Amino acid sequence: MAKMKKSSTRIDMTAMCDVSFLLLTFFVLTSTAKTPEVYPVDLPASTKETKIPSDDILSITVGQENVFIGLAGREDRIDVLNRMGQEYNIEFTKEEQNAFAGMENFGVDIREMKSLLAKPSSERMQKELHKGIPYKDSLNNQLSSWVQKARESSWQRKESFLKVAIKGDANEQYGTIKEIMDILQKQRQNRFYLVTGLRSDDF
Amino acid sequence: MAELNTGGNEGKGGKKVRSKKQNAGVDLTAMVDLAFLLITFFMLTTSLSKPQSMDLTMPDKLDPKDVTEKQEAKESKTMTILIGKDRALKYYMGLLNGAYPGSTPTDATYGKDGIRQVILQKMANLRAAGHQGKDGIVVLIKATEDATYTDMIDILDEMAITGVEIYALQDMTEDEKAVMQ
Repeated sequence: MAKMKKSSTRIDMTAMCDVSFLLLTFFVLTSTAKTPEVYPVDLPASTKETKIPSDDILSITVGQENVFIGLAGREDRIDVLNRMGQEYNIEFTKEEQNAFAGMENFGVDIREMKSLLAKPSSERMQKELHKGIPYKDSLNNQLSSWVQKARESSWQRKESFLKVAIKGDANEQYGTIKEIMDILQKQRQNRFYLVTGLRSDDF
Repeated sequence: MAELNTGGNEGKGGKKVRSKKQNAGVDLTAMVDLAFLLITFFMLTTSLSKPQSMDLTMPDKLDPKDVTEKQEAKESKTMTILIGKDRALKYYMGLLNGAYPGSTPTDATYGKDGIRQVILQKMANLRAAGHQGKDGIVVLIKATEDATYTDMIDILDEMAITGVEIYALQDMTEDEKAVMQ
């Protein structure tokens, strides 16, 4: 009798194990890792459900009149950085290029890029370092240069058109967004994806 | 917990068979623990819903053809939506303060009981007159500098919901700015 009781305290875990690994596999396969962002924005909601393409895309984050850029793909980032370096007469070393390739997005003046890349990777994403890319001054419009270089890079290397996504903060003034759109339109980049979240309330 | 067969059983026959039977089930508790830990990790670190986007194509400003060949649209077909500060919203038909009825700016609200009904009403009127789709309503969206981005998205969303095929984002004229003050 005593032996019987002892063995009955065990639960058969096989099924539970099966289920949990099935779920695990599902999550591993369907997920895309959250990219760390220097400036997380509150996206406005919409009912449209067009998905954003994940490659060959340049995302422009706009928040509090500051602009941050995100490029997809490690090789693309290195190539675009080198093209920017050529324009602004800055030469980036191999280490700096690799460091840049690991950055999902950034918002620094190109002239401060070297000092940012020299920092250890854990400190690179600190918010204080990213003050936004200059775009208001027409003589030093680095946003325009970044977009142009990224477009050149994607056309010359892959013969594909770069897509531009605008990620505006919900409370951003329309004037700022319009300014960004005008910069893009000056380069005849007339098509953009406006990134939105899913609308949950009854609209 | 997991028991290993130490193999030190002296007995033979029936006794040995019994001990083997007991060890046949591996203790999976630790494995399940690990699996759930990983599940939790993946659930928390991943963004489940990929952000959505709105496709927006603007007319080419540099192409002279696009600028000079302005689309002729009838007053009855053209609706202008003005977006102002603090979610102010106005609309008018045709030319601003023109001869066409409804050309004085009227206040409206966002959402399904506001501007959407107005748009749907106009579309229904035009459809009755045989104008629909690309031949139907033309909506011009104009926002002031101090309107928020959300307001613009809300109106663009309205276009998607009501199925307006021709709409454009345009710059506001001085007269319209005065109206939105």
